[in-house]
Amino acid sequence: MVMADGSTSSENYKRIPNIGFTNLFINGDFVHSISGKTFETIDPSTKQVIANIAQGDKEDVDLAVKAARQAFDDGCWPRMPGYMRGKIMNKFADLIDENIEELALLETLDAGKVFSFETTVDIPSISKELRYFAGAADKIHGKTLKLSSEFQGYTLLEPIGVVGLIIPWNFPSAMFILKCAPALAAGCTMVVKPAEQAPLPALYLAHLAKLAGIPDGVLNVVTGLGHIAEVGRRIMQASATSNLKTVSLELGGKSPLIIFDDADVDQAADLALFGSLANKGEICVCSSRVFVQEGIYDELMKKLVEKAKTWIVGDPFDPSTCQGPQVDKKQYERVLSYIDHGKREGATLLIGGKPCGDEGYFIEPTIFENVADDSLIARDEIFGPVMAVMKFKTVEEVIKRGNATSYGLAAGIVTNDLNIANRVSRSIRAGIVWINCYHNFDSGCPIGGYKMSGFGKDHGMEALQKYIKTKAVVTPIYDSPWL
Amino acid sequence: MAARRISGFISRSLSSSIASPGRTCNLRSEIQRFSTAAALQEPITPPVRKTFPAFDPRTGEVIANVAEGDAEDINRAVSAARKAFDEGPWPKMTAYERSCVLLRFADLVEKHNDELAALESWNNGKTYEQAAKSEVPMLARLFRYYAGWADKIHGLTVPADGPYHVQTLHEPIGVAGQIIPWNFPLLMFAWKVGPALACGNTIAGLPPGVLNVVSGFGPTAGAALASHMDVDKVRYSHVNPCIIIAFTGSTETGKIVQELAAKSNLKAVTLELGGKSPFIVCEDADIDKAVELAHFALFFNQGQCCCAGSRTFVHERVHEEFLEKSKARALRRTVGDPFQKGIEQGPQIDSEQFEKILRYIKSGVESNATLECGGDRFGSKGFYVQPTVFSNVKDDMLIAKDEIFGPVQSILKFKANATRYGLAAGVFTQNLDTANRLSRALRAGTVWVNCFDVFDAAIPFGGYKMSGIGREKGIYSLHNYLQVKAVVTALKNPAWL
Repeated sequence: MVMADGSTSSENYKRIPNIGFTNLFINGDFVHSISGKTFETIDPSTKQVIANIAQGDKEDVDLAVKAARQAFDDGCWPRMPGYMRGKIMNKFADLIDENIEELALLETLDAGKVFSFETTVDIPSISKELRYFAGAADKIHGKTLKLSSEFQGYTLLEPIGVVGLIIPWNFPSAMFILKCAPALAAGCTMVVKPAEQAPLPALYLAHLAKLAGIPDGVLNVVTGLGHIAEVGRRIMQASATSNLKTVSLELGGKSPLIIFDDADVDQAADLALFGSLANKGEICVCSSRVFVQEGIYDELMKKLVEKAKTWIVGDPFDPSTCQGPQVDKKQYERVLSYIDHGKREGATLLIGGKPCGDEGYFIEPTIFENVADDSLIARDEIFGPVMAVMKFKTVEEVIKRGNATSYGLAAGIVTNDLNIANRVSRSIRAGIVWINCYHNFDSGCPIGGYKMSGFGKDHGMEALQKYIKTKAVVTPIYDSPWL
Repeated sequence: MAARRISGFISRSLSSSIASPGRTCNLRSEIQRFSTAAALQEPITPPVRKTFPAFDPRTGEVIANVAEGDAEDINRAVSAARKAFDEGPWPKMTAYERSCVLLRFADLVEKHNDELAALESWNNGKTYEQAAKSEVPMLARLFRYYAGWADKIHGLTVPADGPYHVQTLHEPIGVAGQIIPWNFPLLMFAWKVGPALACGNTIAGLPPGVLNVVSGFGPTAGAALASHMDVDKVRYSHVNPCIIIAFTGSTETGKIVQELAAKSNLKAVTLELGGKSPFIVCEDADIDKAVELAHFALFFNQGQCCCAGSRTFVHERVHEEFLEKSKARALRRTVGDPFQKGIEQGPQIDSEQFEKILRYIKSGVESNATLECGGDRFGSKGFYVQPTVFSNVKDDMLIAKDEIFGPVQSILKFKANATRYGLAAGVFTQNLDTANRLSRALRAGTVWVNCFDVFDAAIPFGGYKMSGIGREKGIYSLHNYLQVKAVVTALKNPAWL
């Protein structure tokens, strides 16, 4: 985005630019909410208001659903060959690549994410994701079946129809594309509700989608307030009581990172910090419980604290910043309250534990050790830069303790021992297990939770399953030369 | 630059169907640029020892002289491909990066659509309309299809009967040798090159050495490729270099290719060979539609399709009406300069094919089939053949058994599977049970029901019986260019099995 004085350096981004898209996107047009109400979206680095966003409510959602319904029942999108949908999606990807700085800016302003990460990793990954699914659109195969009687059968994989997508605020652009791309490839139409904490990227992406040629009504965005705690459970209940719509949920986690004696101390310390502090701890898969085997414990803890001291918290536009502010006041206060609990429950605070400065919602990277397995900070998802470290002795013990959570999103293992790697990866009940790495995402690699971390997959061909229904077609055959 | 010259040439050719040598010589140097042999890391004009002429089948005149590669050039090309595979970046690039290269290629093809179409039409004789509106766009479409596969080549994790972790890795096979026919040169290029590159292989843009093209003759260059042991004997003599050869062409040549492959290093072979595909018109068919489709099925591309519907079987109850209408349709078929708008049929590819077709027509007449129309050459220049229809054809006549590869339609009364070929079949009926029954009973790689020649990128294509081995296009084509490696690791105390 070019500033009013023509400059584009990141220092000048401190001033709030003109936000182009603040209205609901329904049936190809940006419109005000029916009530005319708006809500503010804040820059968590400065607590300033960035813009006023249209506040959609039930009536607006109805309009959007209607548009999506019409686009599905009568429009061209599901009736196009997958190849043509793929072509438009590739164009969308190209437009994203041409607007990386724009999107990065919105993410940093609205969600407090580190700008250099946005421009080099986060935003480029979303055009890759779109291209992955653009290439998948003409490769959704059903099967011809082997039946045990004189019938011929095959399965048709059909688009499910209109889908509702509720997007979180921690990766506003990435999550938007993560959910929309497979839905678009499958031929569905959709209504997206971005989180109110960071709605700006979604609206900008809607603008690019239209430019790319996505037909009106296929992709609709309704911004508004969420009113929800325990969102996942409420959504499932709502779906059951309304029309039994299928639901897929990608929820929270309390993922264990397990470091064995044979680990390289440097690498392990880096992974632990990266795993628990990346994106200010606002990642569902973050390694918020770090299990360290006793043989390596003392050396590792020393390294960890040493490295944590170099973890810079500050203005996310500053290229040397590692960690920006928490997304808003509510999250900020929540994290601080958990830190407080940790102190009161008897865990040992090694580093951090306080807010960082008083401008914006910054919190110091915080490491607790001697955390009891049943303490609050070991059980609840904190969603902040807080690491809980626990010591363990044996493989069997750590498997049990790693699994002792209602969540099951991710896990990490640091070891060079083949047998330990195989044993633990097969024993941990989690949707993705990272061995000697962490936070590795790929368009081709499906991830999704076990247990109360949800169900349904994102990324990979598996992600299409949410948006497809399988229909079997069966007909008798006569005199077939083979069966 | 080339496009302007070619379009200038096209407008001149509209007013006269003869291209004089003077007018074509501007384009010759452009053609030279495209007729590379063994494009290695050196610039595009290698020392050319021998050349062979490329003909314009409208007149029999020479368009350009093309570098003639022989065994030595094949060696160089294979070496380059081997080097590119073993040491180069291509197989080590991420699949996503490879897919981006393939997408870029598709974009370039689209940009040069008309140039490519003009070259194809000029050298092959097919109508410019067909090349420009159907084939070249299909070339781009195929490369995009394969770009989308590059990062979706999945192996399996496999449940074992004991404590083992089992995974199958689908690895690129290495160097692929590909022999491409003349009837759909650009399309066949895409069918072969697309999947091979998507799987991470290199072929005898793109990083140097990944794709090598050697023009030449079958018995010399082609045979050399089929029997290649891989040049670097010192390093690889004890190791199977895993070249695969993919060939499209006649059944006779296919046999030779397979023999050479076996005698050399047991390289994997896929063959897309000839056909004598039946087109079956059932009693309940809409006759007008059936006539048009049957006509298209045979006469498309001057009859030069491996899967041409070259035996038209008609139910006796509708035979008379069908025949009458087919004859009328063939008589209406417009033959002439393929660059001219409105022309349906251009010349056959060269004098060899031309003579062969006329011999088959003669044999048809001599075996007492009824010549309904056509039967001779068209015009006095070039390799044009009149659209020809035979009726009262019997299964044991040569014209019913051999692949003619020309505009000669044979109409028979019902009986489908009596052929050593098995490439394709067409069924024309409204009846559900007939459609199901016939599609299962026909021993052919593709059965088209109420359509013909539908060649979408995702639809696998290949032959039964002597029409070939293996499938091209679709997900199936990937199998040709991958090797499966099973990796089995003992597990200690697995949590589940």
